[in-house]
Amino acid sequence: MPSQGPETLFSVSGFHLTNTLLATLLVDIVIVVLVLLVRRRLSLSPGKLQAAVESVVEYLRETTERVAGGRTPLIFPWVAVFFIYIAMSNLIGLLPGFGTVGFRRPEGFVPLLHVSTADLNVTLALAVVSVVATNVIAIRTVGLGTYLKRFFALNPLLLFVGLLELLQELTKFVTFSFRLFGNISAGEAVLGTMSSILAFVVPVPFLGFEILVALIQGLVFALLTMAFMTMLTEPHHKEE
Amino acid sequence: MFTLAVSGGLIIAIGALGPGIAIGLIGAKAMEAIGRNPEATGRIVPNMILAMAFAESIAIYSLIFAFLR
Repeated sequence: MPSQGPETLFSVSGFHLTNTLLATLLVDIVIVVLVLLVRRRLSLSPGKLQAAVESVVEYLRETTERVAGGRTPLIFPWVAVFFIYIAMSNLIGLLPGFGTVGFRRPEGFVPLLHVSTADLNVTLALAVVSVVATNVIAIRTVGLGTYLKRFFALNPLLLFVGLLELLQELTKFVTFSFRLFGNISAGEAVLGTMSSILAFVVPVPFLGFEILVALIQGLVFALLTMAFMTMLTEPHHKEE
Repeated sequence: MFTLAVSGGLIIAIGALGPGIAIGLIGAKAMEAIGRNPEATGRIVPNMILAMAFAESIAIYSLIFAFLR
């Protein structure tokens, strides 16, 4: 049975080094190395690696352009970063060795690496970045006045709608973080249960499904960020 | 005496029922739309995923309550 949540590997003067932090650093290193590799061998006739990277970036760019239109340069970097980081983290977490290689401690088995997106701290951090960035970008593009007009109006009906929108901004923290956390940790639990029934063949279809979920959850996070950014940076939304 | 600890399971089981049906319907309708107009796939798929995410967030609320019970 795989362990639940982040475990502290060791603490340095009050700072806990957890296994999800280690996995996050690993994902960062993989992404940076991939970027450097692709950049060094950039050519007009792309090899396999460059073609794969190009197709991912192109797909994200086209989708962003279709939704955001003229605001693509502003929004695309966020979409790309969220998709690449989350999808990469989820996919790397499916590799053998994650959650299985570790130490034996008196309190139980502690894996060395644990999928970072199955840790609520990580997904909450991502959600906070997404929501705060959305609102900062909105204030910068439409100005503080138009931004506040979205939430507060003198008309009682619009005031009610505005309050609901304000509530939605707050629940975004919850939905963003728990969607990712729930999907990935549930997938982990399913894989663990299936492997404990029979360690061969049985988990294979679920592993395939988890690869799909890993990519789709990255895409969902990126697309939702894109949609909210596009919504809030609308130059002048309908007035009464 | 014994206590029955099913509330968390019940919360997520009942709470996931509606979103499950909703996601199925969204997927079915999106497939129908793609079948009618395959060129619009690129427009339909992001919107489908967005709608699914909104339906899913209802299930996430019950997931939280299941954790908090």
